[in-house]
Amino acid sequence: MVSEINRPQERFNWFKMFWTGFTNMSRLSKTLWIVAVVKLIIMFFILKPFFFPNVLNTKYEDDADKAQHVRTELFKKAPVTE
Amino acid sequence: MDLLSASAVNWSRAQFALTAGYHWLFVPLTIGLGLIMAIMETLYVKTGDEKWKFATKFWQKIFGINFAIGVATGLILEFQFGTNWSNYSWFVGDIFGAPLAIEGIFAFFMEATFISIMFFGWNRVSKKMHLASTWLVFVGASLSAFWILVANAWMQYPVGMEFNPESVRNEMNDFWAVAFSPVAYNKFLHTTFSCWAVGAAFATGVSGWYLLKNRHTDFAIKSIKISAMVGLVAFVMLAVTGDGSAYHVAQKQPMKLAAMEGLYEGKEGAGLVAIGMLNPAKTVYNDDVDPYIFKIELPKLLSLLGYRNINAFVPGIADIVDGGYTLQDGTTALPFEERQARGRRAIQALADYQTAREEGRDTDAANHETILRENYAHFGYGYLENGEDLIPNVPLTFYSFHLMVMIGMYYILFFMIILYFIYKKSMNTTRWLQYVALWSIPLAYLAGQLGWVVAEVGRQPWTIQDILPVQAAASAISAGNVKTTFFMFAVLFTGLLIAEVTIMVKQIKKGPDTTTTDEA
Repeated sequence: MVSEINRPQERFNWFKMFWTGFTNMSRLSKTLWIVAVVKLIIMFFILKPFFFPNVLNTKYEDDADKAQHVRTELFKKAPVTE
Repeated sequence: MDLLSASAVNWSRAQFALTAGYHWLFVPLTIGLGLIMAIMETLYVKTGDEKWKFATKFWQKIFGINFAIGVATGLILEFQFGTNWSNYSWFVGDIFGAPLAIEGIFAFFMEATFISIMFFGWNRVSKKMHLASTWLVFVGASLSAFWILVANAWMQYPVGMEFNPESVRNEMNDFWAVAFSPVAYNKFLHTTFSCWAVGAAFATGVSGWYLLKNRHTDFAIKSIKISAMVGLVAFVMLAVTGDGSAYHVAQKQPMKLAAMEGLYEGKEGAGLVAIGMLNPAKTVYNDDVDPYIFKIELPKLLSLLGYRNINAFVPGIADIVDGGYTLQDGTTALPFEERQARGRRAIQALADYQTAREEGRDTDAANHETILRENYAHFGYGYLENGEDLIPNVPLTFYSFHLMVMIGMYYILFFMIILYFIYKKSMNTTRWLQYVALWSIPLAYLAGQLGWVVAEVGRQPWTIQDILPVQAAASAISAGNVKTTFFMFAVLFTGLLIAEVTIMVKQIKKGPDTTTTDEA
């Protein structure tokens, strides 16, 4: 068991922490990064643009039109409005 | 509602349930293990015992696997709001957007910042700084959950807003009423303790496996000590906050409470069903069929839990539909037909307001707005066709609730026994208990899922309680599109779950690393 250096020997460098952290990653960490990045690519570059368009934003540009669309939908679904 | 759109609504609901259910497999372990590893690291910093450091780093590794695979799965729910639930998304306006935006800030900045120090900072920052980062990861994850639960609680108990007929949106006029509604903070506490419970059950079960294999026994006993204490506190607090939930449900969502208990006919001094079986022959809420095949009841407890009075009247499903009973504020509950008429009046007033505005009849518009405001509390009832539409799936709500409670009770006993054997220093020789610990892991997950089933199925037909039912909240899209993405998500999430379990099992088999290598 090797004793731990409890206090940093040099001034803490944020960039260096990330740099050494990423460059010295274990095999497990690399696998997890791959899984996370592939998942995010699927979510944001396939699912979101091709399967999950924002219905109101793709049909209308301004808020008044969006409000009118929702108003029409709410009336259409209600059994009473004329 | 025509068949096509009914199908689209149901597929949208199924898709939301699927993604929320999968998402909730990842979140509780993140928060629960977050607490356990923070406690362990605190012990390491206080005692200087390197074994606590190895334990901390092992559970951080498991935490990291769960976090990396589960991260951003909740965003898929937000995709669905814009596509499948666009009416709802517009209608709730900034009330839903504000908590989710705050959650995003906390999730991104707080968790991301301190997670990086937690994983990369061993030996690069001071012990205390590292410890603070580990705690802040836990706090950040909990705060993220808080804002999501604020948004969910608002749907169950809408407060702090005013409906704007011009923009067709509910606009927030009291942020603090939304953020700290009694439903929100109780929901946060109950849900957070359920996360601690999952983390504790998981760590205890995995440690039990090490004891069974006679590997890393010192690490396993140390882990069980911490996780069992966290688990006992969590499950006791779940009972306490569950009582708070029951109280709020009784006040704000009496139909949900009635469904949880299978209570069709209300009564004074109502008992709480401890164990029961519903009668499948009961198909109509007001028929004469006995709703139970059998039940064992704790006398008067439901009245006590729901109204803090052992003799209080607890309305049943039939009472809530038919009205006529006295509410807590002394007024008389309205029958469904009256609420439906008022809801339709509100919807008609919204239409008339719009017409008057377009024709420049400002006085008429103001009158219609007044009618709308007077009846807005019943707005959603205007979309329902008959009283039965108010009733959620009673068997699903009833059995989910009772099974969840039973698992909670089981775990209180389980952790007390574990702590007894730890105290007697015989945990590492009690093989039956090690098996029980290992095979109990899924029960904690199941309890969490059942809790959400009770909360969400029990509040049907509403997306926003009394204001907007699901059919009005859904977008006009084809069922085919939703079906396609439903199965895509099923495949994606199942793949992620398989990846998580495979990687985790591999790392658990490897066991804790007792060298001082500090690579992330």
